[in-house]
Amino acid sequence: MVRGWRWGERTWTKEGAWRGGVVLAALGMLALLVLLGRRHGFGAPEYLQFLLDGLRGGSIYALVALGFVLVYRVTGVINFAQGAFVMLGPMLTASFYERGWPPALGLRLALAALLSIGIVAGIGVAVERWALYPARRASPLTRIIITVGVYLILEGAALLLWGPYAKMIPSFTTLSLADPTLRFGELRIKAQSLWIWGALGISLLTLALFFGRTTLGKAMRACAVNRLAAQLMGIRVDTMSTLAFGLAAALGALAGIVLGPATRPTYELGLELGLKGFVAAIMGGLVSFPGAVLGGLLLGALENLWAGVTMAGFKDLFAFIILILVLLIHPQGFAGSEAEVERA
Amino acid sequence: MRSPWVGFVIGVPLILAIGLLEAWQPLGLSLPALTGGLLTLDTMIRAGLFTIVLVGLNLLMGYAGQVSLGQAAFYGMGAFFSAILTVRARALGIPPELAEGWAWPWLVMFSGAFLVGLLAYGIGRPILRLRGHYLAMATLGLGVVVYILLRENLGFPHLNLTGGFDGLQGIPRLRLGTLTLWPAWRYYFLVWLFAFGAIALGLNVVRSRVGRALRAIHGSEMAAESVGVEVPHYKAQIFALSAGMAALAGSLYAHFQTTVIPATFGFGPSLELVVMSAVGGMASIWGAPFGALTVLLVQEILRTQLRRLIPGAQGELELIAFGLILVLIMLFMPEGLTVWGLRRLRGRRMARGAAPAGR
Repeated sequence: MVRGWRWGERTWTKEGAWRGGVVLAALGMLALLVLLGRRHGFGAPEYLQFLLDGLRGGSIYALVALGFVLVYRVTGVINFAQGAFVMLGPMLTASFYERGWPPALGLRLALAALLSIGIVAGIGVAVERWALYPARRASPLTRIIITVGVYLILEGAALLLWGPYAKMIPSFTTLSLADPTLRFGELRIKAQSLWIWGALGISLLTLALFFGRTTLGKAMRACAVNRLAAQLMGIRVDTMSTLAFGLAAALGALAGIVLGPATRPTYELGLELGLKGFVAAIMGGLVSFPGAVLGGLLLGALENLWAGVTMAGFKDLFAFIILILVLLIHPQGFAGSEAEVERA
Repeated sequence: MRSPWVGFVIGVPLILAIGLLEAWQPLGLSLPALTGGLLTLDTMIRAGLFTIVLVGLNLLMGYAGQVSLGQAAFYGMGAFFSAILTVRARALGIPPELAEGWAWPWLVMFSGAFLVGLLAYGIGRPILRLRGHYLAMATLGLGVVVYILLRENLGFPHLNLTGGFDGLQGIPRLRLGTLTLWPAWRYYFLVWLFAFGAIALGLNVVRSRVGRALRAIHGSEMAAESVGVEVPHYKAQIFALSAGMAALAGSLYAHFQTTVIPATFGFGPSLELVVMSAVGGMASIWGAPFGALTVLLVQEILRTQLRRLIPGAQGELELIAFGLILVLIMLFMPEGLTVWGLRRLRGRRMARGAAPAGR
């Protein structure tokens, strides 16, 4: 899983044709982008700028996608409520930060963020225990609908607590609302982007170490490979499922928090990020962590290029067209296996 | 022999009685007065519209076992098809003697439902190859794509066909010859006529060869295929039927509200439809009107009663209540309220025989 790509040893005939089709479609889209961009007179610097800005959003999608993959691998559930975890992270952080304690701003922000991540992880655990564990034998449809219900409850609770107003999280660098812009020649990078990329990198590293080196991580991997066998080996699979939900919720909250200063989080933040994180996870095949990250980055970058050359209102359209295309053409993504598609 | 058609014996007189009550208002009595303001004719009309959508959705989800989290898209397609072709008729170059006539909106409505069904068949063939989670997400994606297209004027802002965020206003009332189907009670009869038609259609489909094929697909696609059921065709067919029914209801909605905005057909409404379907019971045709009415009543109660208890509350309680209902129903009675209630009435004897297909 974390170790490398799963291109597999399939024969090239039919698979190759599919892959060729995907590559052709991708090239066609790139050509379309360039063609549309020429109307605006875009050159290389503009494209690079779109790409960089896109990679920022893409890193967030990647973090959210990691949560989807984690839960799906261990429990076989697509957790619709992941978006709600992403929304709760920054909302909680902002309201703790507003309390004004401790006086040192950096410490206050760090404490608020850690506390929020902990709380959201707890909520994730509760969701698994109370809503999904009782339905562990139900069909996928039933379980999807349950997670949808959980999403609605969490979103409603956020609306009840914080109202429809946007919250503020200060930039991590300056601890104020202004976020400095770094310049590299013609390229501009917001300082917060560096924090986002850092969070993604550290999360990936931690996950790799956790799953590769610790007994607990290996036990979770065993559950993902074969639940029954894992159980026979004395692994508590139910505990692992709960843990997976907690971890995914924490990842989601982290994603929301590092994005916080770059957007103005409201109770509605979860829907879009949750869906796009899912698209990223699907692009990566839904079972692979590197696939999910690559999917997220690719989605973010392409989406931003697309929005740059077409109408801004069409930005969201791109992700969902990609979703449908990937599902139709190559549902195992670029890193999954056919077996996973059959299992779903 | 308990036939599902018995439902008509109870349902039709009840609906008729409510309509006649509203039409004549004997002794100053009216529906809101009798129900303490909970039930209005408006709610009843919307329940009828949702019934039409839900019969299709139940056939698709409960009987054929195919998830759709984007059904509101087809509802919206129907509504906007009717709205565009009546409001923008002149701009589209339709001769006025045709567009002004009373038959035009009806023609638009039925051809809209047919076209949306056809489109859904085309989309359904590839998309319904997916299963479980993947299908759920693909239909969700489809719903969002349609919503964005409606919101963004289908990508042609200069034509301004859908009116963007604000949608379209001034959709004409339906007429039958010289009879305008308004005030509301007249429209109510029309909507419930269609609703009962949809229910009758649903009951027939379920008991037909197609219905058996669908249940076989739900049980096991491979097994169904092995005994000669043409799985992709049947799945796409029922998808098309449910889409067509949703589109018809959408057209009726457009002529009822006389305004349509894209937000009515977004992701939230699609979920609302799933909630209604789950509450009524996915694998039951009579669950459709029951689920629609129950959810609309819960909404109404939340709106009126709870706001009195918790001042300042807006839509959040609705969200929480919907979520709770959804989770609890899925956990404790996944076959839905209708089936659960009927089983309670009949005792446990029937319980094993009619295994809930919605599970």
